[in-house]
Parts: sequence; C-alpha cells; structure tokens
Amino acid sequence: MRNEAIVLVVAFGYLALLFLIAAIGDRRAEQGRSLIGSSSVYALSIAVYCTAWTFYGSVGRATEAGPSFLLIYLGPTLAMLCGWMLIRKMVRIARAQRLTSIADFISARYGKSQSIGALVALIAVIGIIPYIALQLKAITVSYAILIDYPAQTSLQHAESLFFADKSFWIALVLAVFIILFGTRQLDASERHEGMVTAIAFESLIKLLAFLAVGIFVTFVLYQGPVDLFARAAEDPKLLHLLGLDNVPGGAAGWVGLLILSTLAFLTLPRQFQVMVVENVDERHIKRASWLFPLYLLAINIFVIPVALAGLMLGEAAQTPDSFVLTLPLAAGLEFLPLLVFIGGLSAATGMVIVETIALSTMISNQLVMPLLLRWRHLHLDHLYDLSGWLLGIRRVAILFILFLGYLYHALIGDSYSLVTIGLVSFAAAAQFAPALLIGLYWRGATRIAAAAGLMGGILVWGHTLLIPGFAQSGWLEMSLITAGPFGIEALRPYQLFGLQGLDIYSHSLFWSMLVNIGLILLVSQFTQPSRLEQTQAVLFTDALQNEHLHTPVWQGHTSRGELRQLVHRYLGAQATERLFAPFQCEGDLCDDQDPAPSEMIHQAEKQLAGALGSASARVLINSVVRGEALDLQAVLSILDTTSQTLEYNRRLEQKSEELTRIGQELKEANDRLRELDRLKDEFVAMVSHELRTPLTSIRAFAEILRDTPDLPATKRQHFLEVIVRESERLSRLIEEILDLARLESGRMTLNLQKLNLVEVVQQTRDAVARLYEDGGVTLTFTHQAQDPWVSADPDRLHQVLINLLENARKFAKTGAGEVSVSLSQVGRHLRLEVEDNGEGIPESEREKVFEKFHQVEQGNQARPKGRPRGTGLGLPICRGIVAHHGGRLWIDEPADLGGANVILELPRIPPPAQAQDLDAVTTEPSP
Amino acid sequence: MTQVLVVDDEPNILLSLEFLMEQAGFQVHTAADGESALQTINAITPDLVLLDISLPGISGFDVLEQLRQDPRFKRLPVIMLTAHGREVEKEKGLALGADDYVTKPFSTQALVQKVHHLLNEAG
Repeated sequence: MRNEAIVLVVAFGYLALLFLIAAIGDRRAEQGRSLIGSSSVYALSIAVYCTAWTFYGSVGRATEAGPSFLLIYLGPTLAMLCGWMLIRKMVRIARAQRLTSIADFISARYGKSQSIGALVALIAVIGIIPYIALQLKAITVSYAILIDYPAQTSLQHAESLFFADKSFWIALVLAVFIILFGTRQLDASERHEGMVTAIAFESLIKLLAFLAVGIFVTFVLYQGPVDLFARAAEDPKLLHLLGLDNVPGGAAGWVGLLILSTLAFLTLPRQFQVMVVENVDERHIKRASWLFPLYLLAINIFVIPVALAGLMLGEAAQTPDSFVLTLPLAAGLEFLPLLVFIGGLSAATGMVIVETIALSTMISNQLVMPLLLRWRHLHLDHLYDLSGWLLGIRRVAILFILFLGYLYHALIGDSYSLVTIGLVSFAAAAQFAPALLIGLYWRGATRIAAAAGLMGGILVWGHTLLIPGFAQSGWLEMSLITAGPFGIEALRPYQLFGLQGLDIYSHSLFWSMLVNIGLILLVSQFTQPSRLEQTQAVLFTDALQNEHLHTPVWQGHTSRGELRQLVHRYLGAQATERLFAPFQCEGDLCDDQDPAPSEMIHQAEKQLAGALGSASARVLINSVVRGEALDLQAVLSILDTTSQTLEYNRRLEQKSEELTRIGQELKEANDRLRELDRLKDEFVAMVSHELRTPLTSIRAFAEILRDTPDLPATKRQHFLEVIVRESERLSRLIEEILDLARLESGRMTLNLQKLNLVEVVQQTRDAVARLYEDGGVTLTFTHQAQDPWVSADPDRLHQVLINLLENARKFAKTGAGEVSVSLSQVGRHLRLEVEDNGEGIPESEREKVFEKFHQVEQGNQARPKGRPRGTGLGLPICRGIVAHHGGRLWIDEPADLGGANVILELPRIPPPAQAQDLDAVTTEPSP
Repeated sequence: MTQVLVVDDEPNILLSLEFLMEQAGFQVHTAADGESALQTINAITPDLVLLDISLPGISGFDVLEQLRQDPRFKRLPVIMLTAHGREVEKEKGLALGADDYVTKPFSTQALVQKVHHLLNEAG
C-alpha cells in the first residue's frame, strides 16, 4: 500500500507543471518568441496520438494478438511518410480560411454548411466520448493499482455512488484544468501555443516513462533482449505470441486495421487539431514526417519485451493492460512506478486536453452557436457583448464532454479492453475520411452527398460497433448480436449480410466505408452544388496550386460602426481594437457612418470564423452586410466573362480589320479583274479586227473570182496571189496569238539548250540578209563577249532575234537605213543591242510598244502616217519569250545611231567543256 | 457617170473594192487615208463614199464629221466600213450621219446592192 497523499501531490504537481508550461508557452507566443517554432515540437505534439491506450493498452494487445498492435502505429507512419503533402494541403486551407476544427474544415469544404458542421461535430462527440472514457479508465485504474498493489483492485464504481468513484473526480479535475488553460482566450484559431507546448512536454514524459519501464524490464529483470526472448522461446504459448498469424481477422484484419488507423490518424479531432490547426510552419510537416514515425518506433520498441516479461513473471493475474505498472511494482521499486503512473497520466491527459478542446470548439461553433443564432427569442442580436457567452458555452461544453466520458466509462467501460474502446472511436473518426479526402481532391463532391455519406457511415458504425458494445456490456440483449435485431439474421451486427471471417473492426470499416463512399459518389451525381459550395470546392481542391486561398470577397456594404459593433459583441473590446487598428481612420477623414472597406469586412469575417466557425461567421457578417456576398467563383466568373468579352471584342476587332482588309483586297482584285476583263475585251476586239482584215480581202477576192467568170488571166492570177498572201498573214497572226496565249498562261515549253549567242545572231543575220539588201539597209554586228553562252530554246531565240532585226529594218531611215547589232557582257548577263537610225521612239512610248496591238489601238485614233503596220503582237511575244528565259527586253535611250535602241539581256552560263575551242573559233571576226 | 470614192488603208481591200465598184459600172476613185479622202471629195464631189473607219491620221469618223458639217456634202451618201463588229461603232457612225454600215468581211453582192440602193434613193 502506497501513501495516497504522495501520489496525489505528485499527480497534481505534474498537472501544475503542465499548467505552468502552457502559461509560459502562451506568454512566449504573445511576446513573439514562440516555443513551438520547431519541427521537433510539432512532431512531439502529433504524438498526442499515443494515449493511455498506447501506454498501457499496447502491451495488453500484444499479449492477445502479438505484433498486430503495431498496425495502429503503422497506419500513422504511412500517413506521415506518404501523406505529408495531404497534410500540407489541409494546413494551407485551414490557415487561409481560419478553420478551427475538422468539423469546421469539412463544413467549409461543403459551402460553409452549418448542417455538415453540426453533423461532423455530433459524430465526433458520439465517436470520441468512448475514447475519453478510456483515458479516464486508464487514469483511474493506474491510480488504483499504484495505491493498492499488490492487492487486487476492484472497481465497483457502477454500484457505488458517483462521488465515491475516483474516475468522476478525475474527470472533474481534468475539466477544470482544461477550462483553465484551454479557454483563457476566445479566438480558437489563434493557436493554443501554450497547450501545444504542454502536449509536446507530455509526449516527452510518456516516452521517457515507457522507455524507463522497457529498459528496466529488459535489462534489469532480464539480461537484455536476447536473454528475454530466449526465455520466452522456451514457452510455446509465448512463442505463438510473437507470430504474425494470430491477428484477428487474418490478412483482411491486417489490412483493415492498417486502413483504419491511417484514416483515424488524419481525422481524429485531436490529430486534426495538432497537425493542422496548431501548425505554425508548413515546413515542420516535412520533417515531422520522419520524426513522428521515429517517436512511434521508440515508444513501441519495448512493448513486446514488457508483454513477454509480464506473462513469464506470472502477472497474468493482473490485466495485461497494466503490466507496465505492475512489473516495476512487483519488483518493489518506489520511484519507477510513480514515473510510470505519471507517464500514463501524461498520455491520458494529453489526449483528453486536446480532444476536449477540439470537441468543445466544435460543440460551441458547430452545434450551439448556430442554434442560438437561429433562436430569435434569445434576442442574441441585441446583446452588446456576446464574447462572454461564447466562453461560457465552451466551458460548459468541456464539462459536458468529460461528464459524458465519465458516464460511458462508468456504464460500459469495464466490458472492454483499452484497445477495443480505442478502435471503436477510430472507426467513428474514420467516417470523416471520405467527406474530407474526397472533398480535398474531387470538386464534384456535394454537400448533400457528404451529409448522406457521413450519416450512412455513422449509422453502419453504430450498428456494427457501438450498439453491439452496449449488448456486450449487458445493457442490451446478447441476442442482438447472435440472432440479429428483431431476429433478422442478415442484420447481425458482427456478420452484416453474412459477411464473416473479418474481425469486428475490419467488418465495420468495410461496411461503413462502402456505404459512406458509395453515398458520396452516388449522391454527388444527382445533386447540384450551390455557388458558394463550388467556390469552396475549387479553393479546397486547388489549394496547393492556388496562392490566393481567400474566402469569398464581400461585395456588399456596411458601415464601419456596424461592423465594429458586431465584432465587439462576439470577440470583446480588445480583439476588436486589435482587428481594426490597421483600418483606423486618419484624423476626421471618416467616421463610423462611412462604409467599411471590403478588406475590413473580410478581416472581420476571418476573425469571427476563428471564434465561431466559418459557417456562423458568414451568417453574422451577412446580418450586417447589405448586398450579396460575392463569392470568389462569381468574381472569377465575372472576370472570366469580362476577359472573355474583351477577348471577344478584340477578336471581333481583328475580324473586322481583317474583313476591311479582305474587302479592300477583294475590291482591288475586282478592279484588277475588271481591268483584265476590259483588257481581254479589248484584246478580243483587236484580235477580231486583226483577223477580219486579211479575211476581208480573202472573201472579197474569192467572191470576185466566183462571180466574175470572164476575169482576165492576169487579174485572176493577181487576185489569187492576194488570197494566198492574206491567208499566210492570217495563219501567222493565229500563230502569234497562240504564242501569246501560251506565254501568258505560262504553258510555253522551252527546249533549253546551251547556245552560243554569237552563232545564233550570225544565223539570224544570214536569214534576214536578203530583206536588208532589198531595203538597202546595212547591218553591222560587233561582239566583245568572252563566253557568249546562254541556255535557250534555239527556235524561240531565233524568233525573237528575227523579230527585232525585222523591226529595226522597218524603222530604219528610209533610203539610208543602218542597223547595228552589238553583243557585250554585263555582269552575269549577255547584252544584245539592236539599234536603227530611224526616228526613234519617244520615251513615253517605249513601254507601250510592248503592249499587245499597241499600234492598232493607237491607229483607231491617230496613227502616225506612213508607218508600216505589224500585227502589234511581235514585241509583246518577244518580251514574253525573253522573260521565260530569265532575261529582259526593253527599249533604251538612243546610242550611236540615234534611232530606236532595243536591248535584250539574257543570263550568261559557263561554256560547255567541249565547246571551248569552238567558241574561240566562232568569236573570230568572220570574213 | 456615177463617181464612187473608196477609202481604205489596206491595199488589198482597197483593190477589191475598186474592182467591185468598177464592175458595178461606176467611176472609182481611191484614197488610203482620211486626209487624201477629204481632198478627193472636195475635188470631185463623188456620188457615194465607201469609208473605212480605222485609217491612219484622220479616222473615218473624223472624215464623216467634217463632211456633214459642209453643206455641200450634207447629203452625200456614205457607207461606213469597219473591221470592228461592235454595235457602239455602228451607232456612232449612224449618229454621225452615215447612210449605211458594212462589217468586214463583207458579202460583195450585198455591198454592191447597198451601193445601188443608196444611189437610187439619192438619185
């Protein structure tokens, strides 16, 4: 028997120390020298995961199910190692929207829905109460063992009055303690730095205590782990304990427990509190992702040794859940059992503190405040200062939670081991996971679907875990479990629809998740999210991409005075002053009647959200702000529309410019076409005119010959010659017209050959020599070109040259005609100049002679008298042919002879190898 | 004897017209351009003129215009000849006071008939 007073003094001393640490933590936070600004503290605070259940229960579970107790820690390890991105996403969202609890978080995701918030809060309270009861039980039992050992402790609280029950007083003490340091400040989203400091400290204590027991058992009671395991190996029953095969539910049980603990780690209200709400620096998450698993490893490393030792040393009489405490007690130690008790106390209180604060925040923000705000009879909106109310609600909530915990413990707690109770809570918390995780990654999940999933899931949980628990405790008929409710076998809680072979937790998890996830996915397909919901869904799912995670922008207006009054009512004078300091008016520039800037409204909502939850804050702000809350989606869609319109306008402008341009082009093309059409008409007219002339002679003379049989032979002969000549003229004309058509359509094919231009000119000269002689025109040819080679069609080139020489001959001075042909090399071209000594062509006419039927057109009006007539197609055809050869043909200033000076340029090509000699010969002046 | 002036710058056409008119029993004068045509008309006052439109120098239209301004030749029968088959030219010629219009190539018999017809009308 131990002195009860000493134990009490130590216990209260420990609580006082915690309080002190919390106070220091808070003080330092206020001074801006935070104690929790390290990832180690963050990781330790997450270790609030390890409760009395871990501290005492792990050993108990190990004695029943071997290493499977580790699954409870493997889940969080996985979640931390692999899911730190997810946690970071939640942290970022919670910070941006000032979310205070998991209920707030899920409610915010689904459009700040009050009903979702209330539902989550309700489920959390129902689900977590057993877990709190578990802690009370642990403290009570450990206290009793410590005091009474070695006497058997019997907790007969159910039969005794509650004030004789120690756990009642423990609950009360804890409630007072939590009220003292959990609700000193109102703003729940202003993090509880003091609490986190204290929790980290508690994690350290429980680890140290457990390690102390482990080391004592392993190295003092035995000679190290090798000795311990060797001894255990001698007992086949114990050997079996080490095996992996005795997990309830087998392989499915393994997977089930792993999933369960992973989900619960993310969704347990206290885990959400320390991991998300209390996170001060995102970078801590990354480091905690291996620090925390390390902690789990450390606190579990001695579980098996302690379990084995307890079993071997005949502690079986005691419950295995207490081996941690009974082993050092049995060894007769004084100090170690006390340390272990404190360790267990720290594990239990840590959990209870954080869980209760988290739950009380939910109760006040998600359950009570929304109800009060709705309950008009209270005339809350006329009360000037509601901040006191809020604190009061929270304090009552804390008392309420611990009282419920006590009640559960007193009524049911005994029939379960610690682990069992813990797992029931885990399974309840896991019901949040679908709404939370699906909502974080799938925009399509709607509020109604989330609510359906949550309700469906928790109903299955209640049916498969909670209610059978009552039956096992004797509060309900056992037939409920064995025969099913109302004797319906399909509904047997542990074999729902005949599903067998799973442990009860995996079984419950399977069915509840099936219902939960199924409802979310299914109902989402048939429900439409509201605009705010859509906005929030986008903000949540895109949290890591989106830098601006702000809640919707307020577009309505309210006066500064009204806003100030609102915040003052809920948060008190101090917080109000602090909040509005940045918006202070300078001098008399504005007063309370002036409209509040939207940033001020936004800040007020954020601050209120911190205290009341996002849903209530929105309702309150709505009550003073006139006008619609313009949610971000709406803003975005307005911006979208605007930019779309702008883009549309820009494109329209572009299009109209384009159209104008195209119209212009069309007009130009049309003008060109008209011009071409006109030219074509003219061409056709000219062609017809040119064809009619010889045809007229032919027909006339043919008719004369026909109608005049007695025509003298000479005349007949003369007329027939005219007909022949005119026919030839007609053929020539047609040939030229066809040439022209070929040239203009680009269908003229050239039979290109390497030609010596000097040779071609000489051949042409020979061809026209007779005509020149007859006309009395002298023709001279000079050339200086080195390599007078061109690539040309010989027939076409000949045609051009004959045309030029013939023209020159015709236009040369009558009687004393002179034509000079000279070939020279100009750069890469060969230049052939054909000049006559005629009247020449005035500059304005020089291009016109290359127009088709130029002289004909002119002749219609005033053709210079005495000029010989050509077809009017010769020069245009020549120019076309030359152009096809890549050359140029034009009329230049008169040079030596003073008449028309036609210049032909063709590209020069290198002489063919075998032609070098020939070239040398032909360039010799001919005799 | 009836005198006919034939004006055309195409020597072969001129030759054929000259022959046709001679065959028809007229005394034929020829001119190859507008200027000499006017001179000849002034000199001999022919009974009829076959006038080509496209002439070097003064065109057939110009010649006709000048004739109609002269009171002596106001009623001188003139048949226009043209290688342009365009309606506008025909109208222009008739507007200027041409008595008839013949498109090249023409039917020799039809031409001779037109000449006779015009001379009978005038005569």
